Amino acid sequence: MKPPPFQYHDPKTLAEAVGLLGTLDNAKLLAGGQSLMPMLNMRFVLPDHVIDLNRVEGLAGIRDLGDVIEIGAMTRQRDIEFSEVIKAKCPLLHEAIQFTGHRQTRNRGTIGGSLCHLDPSAEQVTVAAAHDATIVVAGPNGEREIAFADFPAGYLTPAIDLNEIVTAIRIPVWPAGHKSAFVEFARRHGDFAVVSAAALLAIDNGKITRASVTIGGVAVAPVRASEVEAAITGQAPSSELFRAACESCRAIEAMADIHASAEYRQHLAVVLSRRALERACGFATPGALH
Amino acid sequence: MTDTRTITVTVNGTPHTKEVPVRITLADFIRYELKLTGTHLGCEHGVCGACTILFDGRSARSCLMLAVQADGHKVTTVEGIAPSPDALHPLQEAFRDNHGLQCGFCTPGMLTTLLEFLGDNPDPTEQDVRIAISGNLCRCTGYQGIVLAALDAAKRLKAAQV
Repeated sequence: MKPPPFQYHDPKTLAEAVGLLGTLDNAKLLAGGQSLMPMLNMRFVLPDHVIDLNRVEGLAGIRDLGDVIEIGAMTRQRDIEFSEVIKAKCPLLHEAIQFTGHRQTRNRGTIGGSLCHLDPSAEQVTVAAAHDATIVVAGPNGEREIAFADFPAGYLTPAIDLNEIVTAIRIPVWPAGHKSAFVEFARRHGDFAVVSAAALLAIDNGKITRASVTIGGVAVAPVRASEVEAAITGQAPSSELFRAACESCRAIEAMADIHASAEYRQHLAVVLSRRALERACGFATPGALH
Repeated sequence: MTDTRTITVTVNGTPHTKEVPVRITLADFIRYELKLTGTHLGCEHGVCGACTILFDGRSARSCLMLAVQADGHKVTTVEGIAPSPDALHPLQEAFRDNHGLQCGFCTPGMLTTLLEFLGDNPDPTEQDVRIAISGNLCRCTGYQGIVLAALDAAKRLKAAQV
């Protein structure tokens, strides 16, 4: 269980990192290392070059830009977990990050690394989809933004070019007082979820004025439950409403693997989307959250 | 061709300068280069938590870091927890008194993780402790003694501060 031989590069600036990525063949970017290092140890990946981003200046930090929170790609998950700005303005991410790995992995793991690894069950990926986030990437021709809906290209594959580096995620903030909840089903605390659900609700005068319901772990990328969102918008929140609306999640095209069949994932999508909505509204829901 | 680098890492307060292959993990550097074998390697892919060390004071899995990444940084291993060769840290005393270990394989990871955790949360609940060590596997104790030891250590550390 040792990493294969490779050449190691530790650029100090983003320009240097982009330059290396554009010129070296078969190079891998090393962010927090909580996914790439196991893959190196098990020799699932055999890069000729590893470009370590940990000494690049300016890639970490949480910036409150008013309507948008910008999180640098190399921001550690721990710093997101303990950020007052995130807790106050993006409570969904604050809640979801507690489900991400364990304290040792959150101390190293980065949001940019998680977004690029793009595990179908990763909590940060699901939150990015729920919030209609924008991914910022830098390449030889400068910077560009990618809407999160266009970011997943396939299983574990982001839609960025081989010479591009994700530098930040921009999360549009929902109005103050909005409701949110993140729930997931995993065999053990800290495991990747079999299925997860994220809910965001804006409620005005007792009616839902805006809804975002996202299911993670059911397909290669998070799925927005647009039928649920449409069915509950304009309605007064209630368990009956959510129960009826979330039934549509049974039609989501689900993947099957060693952990769960497609039918079971669809069942979890129905149950967890309802629980997320109920929890967002403060309705009591049975069942353990971890 | 093996790419190498010369690095300087401060481990338990002592700076060490060594030339290392760039692909060597921090865990292997600690064990094979520095001969500090208190840091244990179980799974070597970030699941078992036995290799947990403190990296600049934060718990991290040393099997998921390269030694070259520690250049210029501070590492604390289980050998660096006790105040002297003759005395145990209150956390270690609590482990001994509460049967917090049996075979001892997971113990270095438990101790380093809990040392950081009790700094963050000096007054934890049992549930807080269980979540804190959720990334550390123990196959002997059923965790009961470890959880008791952590809660006891929190009390001892508070008493020591008064």
